[in-house]
Amino acid sequence: MTALLEVENLRVAYGKIEAVKGITFTVETGRIVTLIGTNGAGKTTTLRTLSGLIEPLGGTVRFDGRSIVGTPAHEIVALGLAHSPEGRHIFPRLTIAENLQLGAFLRKDTDGIGQDIQRAYELFPILGERAKQAAGTLSGGEQQMLAMGRALMSRPKLLMLDEPSMGLSPIMMQKIMETIAELKATGTTILLVEQNAQAALSLADSGHVMEVGKIVLSGSGADLLHDESVRKAYLGED
Amino acid sequence: MHALPQTLVSGLALGALYGLIAIGYTMVYGIVQLINFAHGEIVMIGGFGALTIHLWLPGDTPLAAALPLMLIGGAIASVAVATAAERFAYRPLRDAPRLAPLITAIGLSIALQQLVWAFYPDAKKSRGFPQFQGDSFELANNIHIQRDDLFVLIAAPLCMLALGLFVARSRTGRAMQATAQDPDTAKLMGINTDRIIVLAFAIGGAFAAVAAVAQGLRAGQINFEMGFILGLKAFTAAVLGGIGNIYGAMLGGVVLGIAEAASTTYIQNIPGMHQLGGGGWKDVWAFVLLILVLLIRPQGLLGERVADRA
Ligand SMILES: Nc1ncnc2c1ncn2[C@@H]1O[C@H](COP(=O)(O)OP(=O)(O)OP(=O)(O)O)[C@@H](O)[C@H]1O
Ligand SMILES: [Mg+2]
Repeated sequence: MTALLEVENLRVAYGKIEAVKGITFTVETGRIVTLIGTNGAGKTTTLRTLSGLIEPLGGTVRFDGRSIVGTPAHEIVALGLAHSPEGRHIFPRLTIAENLQLGAFLRKDTDGIGQDIQRAYELFPILGERAKQAAGTLSGGEQQMLAMGRALMSRPKLLMLDEPSMGLSPIMMQKIMETIAELKATGTTILLVEQNAQAALSLADSGHVMEVGKIVLSGSGADLLHDESVRKAYLGED
Repeated sequence: MHALPQTLVSGLALGALYGLIAIGYTMVYGIVQLINFAHGEIVMIGGFGALTIHLWLPGDTPLAAALPLMLIGGAIASVAVATAAERFAYRPLRDAPRLAPLITAIGLSIALQQLVWAFYPDAKKSRGFPQFQGDSFELANNIHIQRDDLFVLIAAPLCMLALGLFVARSRTGRAMQATAQDPDTAKLMGINTDRIIVLAFAIGGAFAAVAAVAQGLRAGQINFEMGFILGLKAFTAAVLGGIGNIYGAMLGGVVLGIAEAASTTYIQNIPGMHQLGGGGWKDVWAFVLLILVLLIRPQGLLGERVADRA
């Protein structure tokens, strides 16, 4: 199996403070890989660097066979890497339909875009019911659905989701996790960042635990789920 | 007496002119949260660009035929200077503290004035600008539209309508809205936000050139300092209307223009106020209006509260 994303010794700093201190991991085509870890571990920083919003201090990132360090964010999307950012970041004063269309900004196939919007409405019926409404009027969970639907609109090879369950009710959370599983079943490769380690590890093929800018533990989802230190630190057991 | 309708018509023409300039401030602010204080000088440059074309054309060219070419010439000059300012003065400072681009803008503004003063032929004093020959139109009994005001009364709504449609309907317009609302996320959609920022400066420049031609026609002259007070008034209009909102900019301009015209006409008739009326005080009343509106609606007439933008 070829790796779709290869991250090697990635280092990222804000000013003099190094938030990511040399991490290495890969994401294979068709897999779900999760990054878990405490607040401030550097997970969001990692994703923002991969999608080109932050320039790394050092290290290499290869996506789909080519180096993408230094490539501007808007060109990285074109290569097939979509990023649903932490905190949703939908465009509040645009309608739901317009938000979805922006997800397909670089695509030219009007028919395909229309079909994909319909698919997003099937996945999340509430989006279809509110299509003409300003996205800022949606509830938090609905906004999360929109953010995920919007990221899918570019038909990405790799979908990066940053805390898709943040602030959601258990039912909404369940729904989002089911959707991620469905996406995997249709062949989408996913890099998932989650606070909810239980849910993330149950879904993931493999996972990495981050602590203050480093990967301290890696393994299959099932292994990490049963790892004693992980259970203590992230699953609230003692 | 037809003082009121006449005041409204004159104020509308002046206000439409302010509105065209105000759109430049508001577009740039909406996208990069920068007050481009050199925008008044972009207007002035547009005026000289248009004048240059006029001087090139054969002397017997009718003004109506020359006008489109003058607009193109003015727009080329304004857009070139506005986009160059973005590229070389503001872009390098995008992550700098806010004071840095502000001071740069003021410096740029002085530099542009001095460049025109020093290098444009005979620009050390005012230069004549062509005007339409003939009387004003009589709209109704005793209500007149000056021939030279007709231009801005037609051009401003057309420009406004075209821009409104472009921003609301086109793919690029939607990218502009996305960039204004959340620039980082706009990049994640594949939008080249640098290009969107250049476009905002360019549209502002083009509108500035239209305003400059309108001002030249009204006054019969342009000069290297004309951008200062026009820029200040248009900035006032943009804030009045709610900075960041293009319809607000035009509304703010019209409200300001009518208020100025009305203060010129009426305040001197208020008992005890005759010394505070007339043309000399209109600028003061314009700023009094700004302060009053901001006291009641800090976000401006059509502006959203900052909290809604987050
Ligand atoms: N824009 C920024 N400027 C300076 N420091 C930052 C910035 N963003 C994040 N940091 C710091 O970098 C470190 C890593 O932050 P990051 O957001 O990547 O963590 P995270 O793992 O996503 O945390 P969380 O689970 O809380 O989302 C933190 O110490 C944080 O304070
Ligand atoms: Mg985070």
